Amino acid sequence: MKYMLMFYLNQTEFDSRTDPKTRDAFWGSFMPYVKAIKDAGIFAGGAGLEPPDTATTLRVIDGKRLVQDGPFAETKEQLGGYFLIDVPDLDAALDWAARYPAGPGGGVEVRPAMTGPAEG
Amino acid sequence: MIDSYQAVEEAARNSWGRLLAFLSARCKDLAAAEDALGDAFRSALETWPRTGVPDKPEAWLLVAARRKLIDAARHRQVHEEATPALIAITDVALQMADSAEIFPDERLKLLFVCSHPAIDEAARTSLMLQVVMGLDAARIASAFLVKPSAMGQRLSRAKTRIRVTGLRFELPGATDLPGRLDAVLEAIYAAYGSGWDDVAGADQRRKGLAKEAIDLGRLLLQLMPGEPEVHGLLALMLHCEARRDARRSDSGAYIPLSEQDVALWSGAMIQEAERLLGSAAQFGRIGHFQLEAAIQSVHAHRAQTGSTDWESIARMYEGLVRIAPTIGALVGRAAAEAESSGAETALGLLEEIPIQSVETYQPYWALSAHLLKRMRRFNEARTAFTRAIGLCEDSAMREFLIRQTP
Repeated sequence: MKYMLMFYLNQTEFDSRTDPKTRDAFWGSFMPYVKAIKDAGIFAGGAGLEPPDTATTLRVIDGKRLVQDGPFAETKEQLGGYFLIDVPDLDAALDWAARYPAGPGGGVEVRPAMTGPAEG
Repeated sequence: MIDSYQAVEEAARNSWGRLLAFLSARCKDLAAAEDALGDAFRSALETWPRTGVPDKPEAWLLVAARRKLIDAARHRQVHEEATPALIAITDVALQMADSAEIFPDERLKLLFVCSHPAIDEAARTSLMLQVVMGLDAARIASAFLVKPSAMGQRLSRAKTRIRVTGLRFELPGATDLPGRLDAVLEAIYAAYGSGWDDVAGADQRRKGLAKEAIDLGRLLLQLMPGEPEVHGLLALMLHCEARRDARRSDSGAYIPLSEQDVALWSGAMIQEAERLLGSAAQFGRIGHFQLEAAIQSVHAHRAQTGSTDWESIARMYEGLVRIAPTIGALVGRAAAEAESSGAETALGLLEEIPIQSVETYQPYWALSAHLLKRMRRFNEARTAFTRAIGLCEDSAMREFLIRQTP
């Protein structure tokens, strides 16, 4: 069963990934987590995402395209990265979510991937 | 009355499990008894502020719950069958209201039903916390990393199973007792957390409901004073709990057991744990909880002697592995051997553990990392540290391991 772990970050956390003062600490915690997921043989995809100010959102309204700068919704925490993992059940997915080295204010959303036609 | 909310809360804390045990043992339907009791407490919240708290809150609650149970039984048309039991509940309630009689404590039956072999093992601890301690499903779900709605379903499935399979609310007979008691003890210990072995700086996950587990341990001891493992379990939890304040520095950094300031250990809890171990020993029947508590007791002696008797600890782990070869015990033994016989022996013991069973067991990797570092096999040590860091749930522990990485 595939689950998506979606990591939500606030601006401070986004900054901590690249700020020379904090980036070593951030990646020093995060890379072992990535490696543990890969070593466990459950990795099915994933990426870190650039901050939300790099986002472009496209909507089609009444047949007209509307292209805007910025993320889909303006919220304090934005998607900062995701993993797709293949584990037996939700409990196992939550165990992996609990290992995510979240900074203050961050969190993980865990959602099952649809099975059937949409399955990759 | 201003304090009536507080009175209801206090009644809930003191009486929930006892009232629920009493009701469910008679109507044989845990979920129905729980609903009825929940309604009774809600009525109390509405009524007591107007009328004042009754002299015998438990009798009042019992009468209210009984009314709800009769309504529910009528609804499901099981009236006839349930009537005698419900009348008996009324009699007891009325008797209690008129006399100084102490309400019967049948929570032990509840503990045994919750950990019955017919109940899914994954549900036992949660069921116990909910029905005996009155904890809500959402809180239990957070403590055990389970989706709250899934926890709710798991609990209601367990209750349905008790009703449908007609599990009896009674104590097991002498032949079944040891196995059934062990299930109760395991379920309580699971509530404490997945252990506080503190092996070589390999702290465990900080989940669990420590206070509630200790309360359950105390309750079980009060109800079953003649079982040494009951003493052992409470002694183990108290020894571990005694070190809570010493596990983190003021800034929240992780401090391994060997570096903890013994002045921060709770002397009162250690003393109580030692007394319990002493009383357990009188029975002359050793068990794994007594052994685990004895190991913690040796650690506690550092407060007096200033050093740790690792040889004794290693011997006790030897015994523990013989009667209960869990992964935690195997890793604990290796950690003790590292101190008494050296890192190489310890690493050999770790390598005997089948790798599939420790793939995501963080303390195994933390201990491997420390041993390899001590043996100056730095490349392998770094790989093990990375694994241990990646499997960490606790940020203080994670930072500790990052600092330790060579």
